[in-house]
Amino acid sequence: MTAALEVRGLKTHFFTRSGAVKAVDGVDLTIERGRVLGLVGESGSGKSVTGLSILGLIDHPGRIVEGSVKLDGQELVGLDRDAARRVRGRRIAMIFQDPMMTLNPVLRVGTQMSMALRAHETVSNDTARERSVRALSRVGLPTPEQCLAAYPHQLSGGMRQRVAIAIALLHSPSVIVADEPTTALDVSIQGQILQEMQRLGAETGVALVWITHDLAVVSSLAHDIAVMYAGRIVEHGPTADVLAQPRHPYTRGLLDSVPGEAKPGEKLAQIPGSIPALIDLPPGCAFRARCSRASGACEAMPEIAEIGGRLARCFHPLEAA
Amino acid sequence: MSAPLLELDAVSRRFSRRISLGDRIAAKLGATVEMREVRAVESVSLSVMKGETLGLVGESGCGKSTLGRIAAGILAPSAGTARLDGKPVMSETGRREKLTTRVQTVFQDPFASLNPRKRIGEAIAEGPLAHGLIDRAGSRAYVAEQLSRVGLDPSYSSRFPHQFSGGQRQRIAIARALAMKPDLLICDEPVASLDVSIQAQVLNLFLDLRRALNLTAIFISHDLGVVRHLSDRVAIMYLGRIVEIGPASEIYAAPKHPYTQALLASVPRLNRHREGRTAFKPIAGELPSPLSPPPGCHFHPRCGFATERCRSEPPQLRPLGPERWAACHLAE
Ligand SMILES: Nc1ncnc2c1ncn2[C@@H]1O[C@H](COP(=O)(O)OP(=O)(O)OP(=O)(O)O)[C@@H](O)[C@H]1O
Ligand SMILES: Nc1ncnc2c1ncn2[C@@H]1O[C@H](COP(=O)(O)OP(=O)(O)O)[C@@H](O)[C@H]1O
Ligand code: SF4
Ligand SMILES: [Mg+2]
Ligand SMILES: [Mg+2]
Repeated sequence: MTAALEVRGLKTHFFTRSGAVKAVDGVDLTIERGRVLGLVGESGSGKSVTGLSILGLIDHPGRIVEGSVKLDGQELVGLDRDAARRVRGRRIAMIFQDPMMTLNPVLRVGTQMSMALRAHETVSNDTARERSVRALSRVGLPTPEQCLAAYPHQLSGGMRQRVAIAIALLHSPSVIVADEPTTALDVSIQGQILQEMQRLGAETGVALVWITHDLAVVSSLAHDIAVMYAGRIVEHGPTADVLAQPRHPYTRGLLDSVPGEAKPGEKLAQIPGSIPALIDLPPGCAFRARCSRASGACEAMPEIAEIGGRLARCFHPLEAA
Repeated sequence: MSAPLLELDAVSRRFSRRISLGDRIAAKLGATVEMREVRAVESVSLSVMKGETLGLVGESGCGKSTLGRIAAGILAPSAGTARLDGKPVMSETGRREKLTTRVQTVFQDPFASLNPRKRIGEAIAEGPLAHGLIDRAGSRAYVAEQLSRVGLDPSYSSRFPHQFSGGQRQRIAIARALAMKPDLLICDEPVASLDVSIQAQVLNLFLDLRRALNLTAIFISHDLGVVRHLSDRVAIMYLGRIVEIGPASEIYAAPKHPYTQALLASVPRLNRHREGRTAFKPIAGELPSPLSPPPGCHFHPRCGFATERCRSEPPQLRPLGPERWAACHLAE
């Protein structure tokens, strides 16, 4: 079976005045139908650029310089504008942290949803309405009819995000890339949306790429986890294995620094230093300045390789406990 | 921990809601925009003991920052008094002014409180100079001492705020607050915008400084894990009211208020030894608007246990065991 989404050797660079920002520098990801992949990492590690690259939404001065993105086996890199537009919104969709990236403030929700439908299909008014109502109820909006008549600002932040998700679902896409979709929401609303998403994946078979810096969310939601650092995936595998027994020192450091694991009042394990700027990165493992296991070998770039049922990019991976 | 350092005595704060751009567009488009008062904080009484860290948690808009600003003496309550060692933190009449330098605040976005054109050395020295804690001659050494205490190189004093990362800026904000030699530090979401690895560095710094300087603190956060890690006692707020307060370990182990129970159950936890994916147990319903909070217990529309009484009579905080208080008609 072909994967819903397969990313190979993806490189997206931004050519700025101060030099090339290698925001994504060789990313491989695979995700099957009905699965949730959690893409985690610190801010600036390249998560959003990865998501935007998958959707073909990178603008000047940025460019996909290398690699392949396959949606249900079809290559997306190199598609012309029209072909890309036919795919986007229909077979692959994106949800942003700020739902207003998707929503138009001066149009009623109903109008926007029928426009989104008609971008890819010819449908009657009745059908458009009926499908919009169905999509809205599917994401747990209790009064979809009322919602169709509302302007975005008349809805709460949580409701707006649900509308954005409903729009993403309209054409039953194969893949949805969600970039920090619940980060700005209250915990109770976040919980509701996560619950809906978990159900939707199972019901519709949509493959979800869930981008977040919140490890707790990923630990509950995702089947698989990919940890990103400085433009590369450093560990990628089944969530349970990676969380229980991280093999990359960075994954381990991230997990250990989450309060709640440590005894209250005691010092947390911390990773020294901070993520490097992605301009003029020295060669070798990008984590080595912060890594307690670094050696001379780490001045070369480690390949990502299989170890203990997942992939890790490290010369000195942690041993199985 | 002996005498209370800070006492809040029935403090309330109301805001008449300002008209936002969104509302103006809404009005133009024919929506009815209601103009009412927000009761950001409703009759909150609590004390913070010397040397203690009190965590303040709750969802967005429940009044945490407003309460923090009242305690810090930078926002006048509409009613009630905040006292530090028995003395009001703000003048009670006339132009309400902050009366004490012994309370200092660290905010989520230190960039907002740092003048972008001022070198951080000046930013750190200005408060202590203005209040005569140091003189010009001693200011250089003083700044160096403050910077190294928060783990920054003293040579950074000649840099500007934009030259620092988020974590460094938060260290600077802490240095600046501590330079005033406060007894009480109010931290309002100081790590909310930081990545976990940087968050851990800042939390560790806070733990070190608290011990070294015997600080008393109010730590505001919506992150239950962070609050659990730092706090001796925790207060949970919902729509302007404290619904539960008590020792952190006990509240997390056995919450008594239905809101606290639901909140703790709804927050995803990092589960490193999971069997499969975990089910989410969110709190049902939307957070009501603070413009028209439900009558009786504010939580009753989302509460699984609500009775007739809950719909009409606001529950008061009442003692439910040593040091434990909850505002629920049914809790015991
Ligand atoms: N200056 C103000 N003018 C009008 N309303 C205000 C003002 N400050 C706060 N409010 C309102 O008071 C209520 C409490 O706000 P507050 O900032 O204290 O919440 P919070 O708990 O700190 O939220 P968050 O977690 O989002 O920081 C909110 O409804 C808010 O909109
Ligand atoms: N339009 C752009 N021009 C230049 N650099 C960019 C642009 N967008 C993103 N970057 C850089 O790419 C890197 C990765 O960014 P991003 O994908 O947004 O990180 P994340 O989502 O993981 O926080 C960062 O160093 C960021 O500064
Ligand atoms: S390759 Fe070397 S520096 Fe990089 S994570 Fe592994 S041990 Fe550390
Ligand atoms: Mg991002
Ligand atoms: Mg606040």
